[in-house]
Amino acid sequence: MIYFNKVSKFYDQSLILDDINLTINNNEFVALIGHSGAGKTTLTKLIVGEEKPTSGSVFFESKEVNKLPAGQITKLRKRIGVVFQDYRLLPHKTAYENIAFAMEAAGKTDDEITADASYVLDLVNLSDRLWHFPDQLSGGEKQRLAIARAIINQPELLIADEPTGNLDPVATNEVIQILKKIHDLGTTVILATHNRAVVDSLRPRVVTLEKGKITRDDKHGHYAI
Amino acid sequence: MQNLRRIIRAGLINFKRSSTVSLAAVLVMTVMLCVFVGLIFLQAVLTYSLDQVKNQVDVTVYFDLDVPESQISNLKKTIDNLSGVATTVYVSAEETLANFKERHKDDYLTLQALEELGENPLGAQINIKANEVSQYEAIANFLEKETVLVKGEASIINKIDYHQNKQVIDRLSALIKNARNLGLLVIGIFVLISAIIVFNTIRLAIYIARDEVKVMRLVGASRRYISGPFIIEGIIYGFLATILTMVIFYPVSFWLGSRMTNFLGLDMYRYYLTNFFEIFLIILVASLVLTIFSSLFAILRYINK
Repeated sequence: MIYFNKVSKFYDQSLILDDINLTINNNEFVALIGHSGAGKTTLTKLIVGEEKPTSGSVFFESKEVNKLPAGQITKLRKRIGVVFQDYRLLPHKTAYENIAFAMEAAGKTDDEITADASYVLDLVNLSDRLWHFPDQLSGGEKQRLAIARAIINQPELLIADEPTGNLDPVATNEVIQILKKIHDLGTTVILATHNRAVVDSLRPRVVTLEKGKITRDDKHGHYAI
Repeated sequence: MQNLRRIIRAGLINFKRSSTVSLAAVLVMTVMLCVFVGLIFLQAVLTYSLDQVKNQVDVTVYFDLDVPESQISNLKKTIDNLSGVATTVYVSAEETLANFKERHKDDYLTLQALEELGENPLGAQINIKANEVSQYEAIANFLEKETVLVKGEASIINKIDYHQNKQVIDRLSALIKNARNLGLLVIGIFVLISAIIVFNTIRLAIYIARDEVKVMRLVGASRRYISGPFIIEGIIYGFLATILTMVIFYPVSFWLGSRMTNFLGLDMYRYYLTNFFEIFLIILVASLVLTIFSSLFAILRYINK
């Protein structure tokens, strides 16, 4: 599904990713682990075309992401759900409108939006927060809202970048259960994290990044840094 | 259609929710439109004053005493058909005499001399007004061509007063031209400054939302779907500012009309009411073009990132 071919990325003079070769297959659950600054977030940004590699190529199926024109990037992003580390919710839209916006962008009808947006918010336990703005929600609620937005269009790939970074253990567990459920429904999941407990409880394929290089790739791994 | 409805709704909601930024943008836009309407008023006063001055200028053709009225009438028709001629007024010999007596009613000696002559020494006249001051020379030259003016072998025209007034007319012509050019230059400069201020205000409003725009791109929204609501917001700014400006200028023009008509020479209140829809349309179109262009330009910068 996703293929990194000799990908390197520099920011100014700093090497962030160094000659990455990585293949992620359909319906895999992959945990990207590593210390802060190891290159996990940059790797996920390359998949959605938010960043371009300095050298090498990133493929999503047969399409080379870094060479896609803007219109094609938009189409690609409709197939990918992303949960951002800093949530990146739309601050001037309510919880319901944040979900509805992602559905409108995907071309869903009003009836579909009415039915599915309420359903997904119920799924992430936010049915009593429909008309709250992001700054009226707690960290855990924001994270669950971000997940709801990422999964609402039933993406083929879900990328979750540190989705439990700011959460307490209870909220963390809730988020992990949601990700598991989504994976069980057939979605490929890439989870970038440095939370040992999360990785050890899931036992997914674990790809370890250190200073921009892949140092380990274990099929059913555990957190080992 | 569904997308358009959603874009319009999103634009309206954004306008309402970003109320402080919206208010600032509408106010700046209103100030710009007030400058714009002020310049329209200024141009109206200038045009009116110049027209008044232009109306003081004419060319008079004095005919010989024995020229038949029918011949003058034929010539008048020819002059009427000349390009650049606005109006021609025929004044008969009797009317010329009456006007002369009226003008010199306090000049006893002149009137007595006229009495002693026993007959009307003055011929008929045609007063010619041109559309533009610069056209008098061409008209005078035409009249001086012998072929047009012959009565048998001799000219029927006694005198054309263009050449006596030529210097004044030339100066006036240059003055009008310069005043117009200066007026246009001042208007151009003010409109440009105002447009830059509005443009930057809208850019600032969109700059504040740049992170939001990025997120929209990342969740797969198309460029049109993202930029649409910002353009709708811009249209709302322009529309509200137009209405606000028209409302502000109602009492302003009333005050100008009641207090300044003698000074300006033109009743601005009447001018405003007479040209209300034209002014409304001009500033509405100007504000919409500016806001749509500014919004598009600003949003494209962030949407392409």
